[in-house]
Amino acid sequence: MYRYNETDQRLVEERVRQFADQMQRFLAGQLAEDEFRPLRLQNGLYIQRHAPMLRVAIPYGTLSARQLRKLAGIARLYDRGYGHFTTRSNIQFNWVRLEEVPAILAELATVQMHAIQTSGNCIRNITTDQFAGVAADELLDPRPYCEIVRQWSTLAPEFLFLPRKFKIAIAGGAEDRAATRFHDIGAQARLDEAGNVGFAIHVGGGLGRTPMVGQLLKPFLPRAELINYFEAILRVYNRHGRRDNKYKARIKILVKDLGLEAFAREVEQEWAWSRGGPNTLDETTFARMEAFFQPPALPEDDPQAPAYLEPLATHTPFARWVARNVAPHRRAAYGIVSIALKQPGVPPGDATAEQMELVADLAERYSGGEIRVSHEQNLVLPQVARRDLFALWDALRTRGLATPTIGLLGDVVCCPGGDFCSLANARSIPVAAAIQQRFEDLDYQFDLGPLELNMSGCVNACGHHHIGHIGILGVDKNNQEWYQLTLGGREGNGAALGRVIGPAFAAEQVPEVIAQLLEVYVAQRQPEEIFIDTVERIGHGPFKARVYGAGDRP
Amino acid sequence: MNAPAQPIAAPSAQHLIRPGPPARCTPDPWIWQLDPAAPLPPDAARQPLVLPLAHWLALSPTRRSPCWGVWLGPVDDPEVLLPDLPTLPLVGVHFPVFTDGRGYTTARLLRGRCCYRGELRAFGDVLRDQVYFLARCGFDALSLRPDQSPEAALQALGDYSWEPLKGLAHAG
Repeated sequence: MYRYNETDQRLVEERVRQFADQMQRFLAGQLAEDEFRPLRLQNGLYIQRHAPMLRVAIPYGTLSARQLRKLAGIARLYDRGYGHFTTRSNIQFNWVRLEEVPAILAELATVQMHAIQTSGNCIRNITTDQFAGVAADELLDPRPYCEIVRQWSTLAPEFLFLPRKFKIAIAGGAEDRAATRFHDIGAQARLDEAGNVGFAIHVGGGLGRTPMVGQLLKPFLPRAELINYFEAILRVYNRHGRRDNKYKARIKILVKDLGLEAFAREVEQEWAWSRGGPNTLDETTFARMEAFFQPPALPEDDPQAPAYLEPLATHTPFARWVARNVAPHRRAAYGIVSIALKQPGVPPGDATAEQMELVADLAERYSGGEIRVSHEQNLVLPQVARRDLFALWDALRTRGLATPTIGLLGDVVCCPGGDFCSLANARSIPVAAAIQQRFEDLDYQFDLGPLELNMSGCVNACGHHHIGHIGILGVDKNNQEWYQLTLGGREGNGAALGRVIGPAFAAEQVPEVIAQLLEVYVAQRQPEEIFIDTVERIGHGPFKARVYGAGDRP
Repeated sequence: MNAPAQPIAAPSAQHLIRPGPPARCTPDPWIWQLDPAAPLPPDAARQPLVLPLAHWLALSPTRRSPCWGVWLGPVDDPEVLLPDLPTLPLVGVHFPVFTDGRGYTTARLLRGRCCYRGELRAFGDVLRDQVYFLARCGFDALSLRPDQSPEAALQALGDYSWEPLKGLAHAG
């Protein structure tokens, strides 16, 4: 893991001081609401439905056990004993008190954590593949580059008041597990013919009100130019992005209005000035950053250890959990463990202080003290010896953390929705819970196979509903909650946006409609064909026909 | 964030700070012309006027005085000043509202690409909570909004001892 140095520590401490002063001036009436608002947002502080919400940054989704324990402590002391892990691999506390926020930030600073740029019209937390550095299919470890971009983007003075928010994702794998094509900038690692490291750069992707798949801006950017090139993109955006209408202010609208070619020309012209200049990254910088992310010295171990194989053969619940929640590590004797925060009846992504502390303990015991947060709102232990898996599973079970549904229907991705968020048009958590309950049967879920269901409570799309194989969007019609279904969304290399299947449904109809969609899949699937592939092969027609009949509502 | 609803206000002569070093509050000797259509005052050539870009560009170079500065709005392209920058004593950048961040890029372009070395002044909605970042983008003079305390703003220049990108080798 990256080790924060004195510079990083000084920055978070100075930030705490600055924000405490701003808060004090606001409470004393010396700082107008309009002037305080952008400042508090750049410190992750929202004023929400019931209470202020504080969003804490988890840079590229990596936490130490010590940091996770601190989050647990904050949940217990300043919130109602839990936190919510988000689809951008941050954590939100939904019940904090305004005047206590400076104290929370001071606590966070003791473990080099902060809420800087988790909201506001600036460069947000950098995200990546939750399996970075350990995945068997990885081209290179993206984390050193994430760290470089984190340092560059933190309080980048030129880019704190952009037209709108700006999200960057960096992936290092052959498979894109970071949804890079749904970010303002998405960078995917590439090697050129000579073996030089670089990135394919996509621009203008994003969900929200106007969902778009990012377009390829540069097939191969040499890694030395990463900052210069990102700066060129940001500069073009800062100068020319729309500021007259917040719904048209994201970079995707600028790219669309100018056209990709004209936009690329602007960026190339801008880049020509900085290319090879003072912000060009050199080999020493890469070597220094890579040194932070060296794989731990994992002892040789037996991938066929009896402590692993025996329960795998005899214990069905454990075998199921291994099948879904343990991904291949680059070392065969190890596995990457996903801990599902998807216990039926609990809002997706929520974890209690006790759960966080247990995961911190288990990370120290079994996984080098490191935890990752995935954009599917789960936690990950990146390196667990296969011989330890059964003991780990057994310990996770005690706190409801062994739900074996990673990548299955039960692994619902969901925003906090109308229960908490003042932007939401509809509640999302109760609908997600009703779906989880309806399809609780694990045999059925395993039979259905990989299926991604994403749900958002409004068009801001924090639940990423456009990229769910099945997406659900809460909408408001005459002060009533309705739910629109989309089909065919997909992340990864074959990225696509889901399309709406027809008129919206009432909350209580949603589980039944999903059951109907699944019936069509089960009837039409070919051997080994997963849900989304069937949708792509047969199109929306059969699904719509089942749900709406001859145009009637169900 | 359209064009400001209110007419642009002239910087207050008592609210000019210079990040330095040394950071200090100094009186503003400049006379600001805000309306591009306003006629030049009598004896203009000897006065320290700051003209709107449109006015400056409308004058033939022979009619411009070396005593004058120019100010830019958020949509103005600083590169049109390239031939004039080596001799311009002051370039102002107007912030109609503090959340309009275009002026930060204008400053970076002037200091970096255009190699401008004269006074670079931010004015308009310039608040103490942004002065550190404005200074980091190359502004060496900040005309605060008149309700802002110059003392507090001078202090806010020291909000961070940390500097962006300092940890990255060769970055600066």
